[in-house]
Amino acid sequence: MENRGITFGYGFLSQESSFDVQFSLIEFDGSHSYFRAYLVGLLNTILVSVIGIIFATVIGVVVGIARLSNNYLINRTAAVYVEFFRNIPLLLQIFFWYFAALRALPLPQDTEPMFGVFFLTIKGFFVPAFVWNNLDIFIYSIIAAIISIIFIKIYARKKQENEGIQTPVLSISIGLLIILPLLSFLFGGVDASVEVPVIKQLSQSGFTYEGGIKLPPELISLALALSLYTATFIAECVRAGVQGVSKGQKEAAASIGLTPNQVLKLVVMPQALRIIIPPTTNQYLNLTKNSSLAAAIAYPDLVLVFAGTALMQTGRAIEIVSITMLTYLSLSISISIFMNWYNKKIAIKEK
Amino acid sequence: MNKLNFLQPDKNNLNTYLYTGVVLVALSIFIVFLNSFFNKDIISFLPGSISFFLPLILGFIGLHLIRIDYSGLKFLDSINKNINTNNFNAFLSLLIIFVVIKSLPPLLSWFILDANIAGDSKDVCTGSGACWTYIKIWFNRFMYGMYPNAEQWRINLSFIALAFLGTIGFFATEKFKKYLTLYYVVVYPVIAFFFIFFFISGGPIFFDFSYGIIAAVISVIIGFFIPSKFKMYYFIIVPITLYILLKYVFFYEELIELGKLEALEWVETGAWGGLSLTFIVSFFCLIFCFPIGLFLSLGRRSDFPIIKYFSIGMIEFWRGVPLITVLFMSSVMFPMFLPEDMFIDKLVRVIIAISLFEAAYVAEVIRGGLQALPRGQYDAAKSLGMGYWKMHILVILPQALKLVIPGIANTFLALVKDTPLIFVVGLLEIVGMLNLAKTNPEWLGFAMEGYVFASVLFFIICYAMSKYSYNLEQKYKTER
Repeated sequence: MENRGITFGYGFLSQESSFDVQFSLIEFDGSHSYFRAYLVGLLNTILVSVIGIIFATVIGVVVGIARLSNNYLINRTAAVYVEFFRNIPLLLQIFFWYFAALRALPLPQDTEPMFGVFFLTIKGFFVPAFVWNNLDIFIYSIIAAIISIIFIKIYARKKQENEGIQTPVLSISIGLLIILPLLSFLFGGVDASVEVPVIKQLSQSGFTYEGGIKLPPELISLALALSLYTATFIAECVRAGVQGVSKGQKEAAASIGLTPNQVLKLVVMPQALRIIIPPTTNQYLNLTKNSSLAAAIAYPDLVLVFAGTALMQTGRAIEIVSITMLTYLSLSISISIFMNWYNKKIAIKEK
Repeated sequence: MNKLNFLQPDKNNLNTYLYTGVVLVALSIFIVFLNSFFNKDIISFLPGSISFFLPLILGFIGLHLIRIDYSGLKFLDSINKNINTNNFNAFLSLLIIFVVIKSLPPLLSWFILDANIAGDSKDVCTGSGACWTYIKIWFNRFMYGMYPNAEQWRINLSFIALAFLGTIGFFATEKFKKYLTLYYVVVYPVIAFFFIFFFISGGPIFFDFSYGIIAAVISVIIGFFIPSKFKMYYFIIVPITLYILLKYVFFYEELIELGKLEALEWVETGAWGGLSLTFIVSFFCLIFCFPIGLFLSLGRRSDFPIIKYFSIGMIEFWRGVPLITVLFMSSVMFPMFLPEDMFIDKLVRVIIAISLFEAAYVAEVIRGGLQALPRGQYDAAKSLGMGYWKMHILVILPQALKLVIPGIANTFLALVKDTPLIFVVGLLEIVGMLNLAKTNPEWLGFAMEGYVFASVLFFIICYAMSKYSYNLEQKYKTER
């Protein structure tokens, strides 16, 4: 390495980066350091992973249950979806959404608004933003609600163990979650108004929207492809989990007089979750790692911003690639440690 | 008549219910069919939202009316049993039927009716449908990348020969059956490598070596044949000494160029591409990742702490990082750690990187199989006096591998689907070629056709692989 004239060190992280990033959650321009560029990339990676995980879980659970339906049409539709989307490379899907599907959207000036406030254009998805006064009080009220729900849950469990009386925890928690933030609106001085995006002319034929939040097409296509692709695997996990609960369990539960809802909630789901969670965690990890494909369509994630632009500018290959790899490594190891803990918690406690 | 109940069919008026229901369902499907195929809205006299929901409401009522426990009519019973078990299912079934009918005409017209395939320039694509001419013109590029047109017979010939050699196993007689494993694991990959090395590339592309490295490698190979007593010392001392001696004492500096066939034109790996490159990369990665993964999984269960923690470290590292950064590493970082007199082509580097990456996943899958075997199998094998390798090869691995066929197949599928990522190092297989063709100023605006084409190809390949693995699983399934 020495004879190639390469020096080694992490001092470059505090240097001025002098490049710009199109889309970032925190403020960033050329005068910020390389470390801040790293943060921008990391946050963008986390953003797209979280969006992808949420949508993949929702779609995956719905499709997995549809796959178990005794309705032939629903069953087949779900099967076709799963077989189709999981046999096509993810990169191809991302390209498809980004270069083919989203490019067919109308220009900003021709867009018909959805429900009057959402604008889906070729330049991105413009959604209205909330403008808050005293946002912190609102957040405190939600945190207070969550903490009190946890206490009520503990109390309810204790009461059931001691006296055998069930407390309606669910309705109380929903009530708390609605009432406390509502109180903060009435008495805490919290105020929210909606800022709708408005069209604005930039030049003779260039239009854009101002105000509100802009979701760039890169983010949309990446999140779409990631969630549709990963959902197929999650659907299979869900199907395997529900099928893994033996019929005798359901029959035994029904025979001691539980209602169908109780059978599902108290007998089937806890056992199915035990089978579903480990492989699903793996899929979440895969999704997070796959989000690095963002580099292919220029969504400024960790790989593109840091291992791409910053590497080209500084030429410090070893340091930058090692930092990038360590970041992904620690992300996935921390998720897997958390999931192992959770898994251990819900595992069958054998005597 | 006084007991007529509209919510539940009753016995006396059964036929009335049936006929009304069938007519309503047929009517609703007919309305949607006319609307989507012939663009005729026969209920347009109704106000907007009602005419939109009317087919759904009619069909829903119709399905409700024909829902009878047992009618004796085969067709009706199978409808009731499969798509019409309750109100919710009936609603969803109707929705799916209508969506399919609605989406058929646009799909048909895009794919077939309004599509163009004749001609050989962009001008023929005037219709609103797909322009398959684009695929036709670029077909060679999508299949062979930048490989010179005149030389493409070399790829075809190699692939056909390899496919033929690959099917030999099906024709082998009972006498040769026992050599098949050896053939597929050792001989066939070597033949495939020689085909690609001498025939497809036809030039000094893969490695440039100095005499020192050649001598070191040969001495390692020889090392496997010497008595085990000295093996350890031999491996530690001889190759390194040879390398240092040849490089610094005798000064054999000039590089050897391997793999030159005089008659054939040399095609560098940068020009390879398209679907053939997908096949080449997947083939070699499949071959390499399996044994590496096998050894890693055995290493993870080893009693020697060094081997054990080395394997755990390898597995967790490769599983924890995304493939794209591994490829980055292989293209940017890896060359820095090589000796100066050694050059490794980027295709080889990519194959090494992907193999190591997928090997970690294979290792975890195989470990699952190893853990699923009861301890008794190990104890039984040991009590027969088998050593470690004999025990694993004859008793443990055949059972464990049989258990994990689906998992290994999934990993292999993931590998094939990961090959497009090699665009990171500048190798363009089919998806990369599509992106290149898409930006050609002559052929702008046909991205959709290209991606649909590639999706269909990949779907066929992957679906066939998954079906084959399912067959394999059924074939080797034994009751336990």
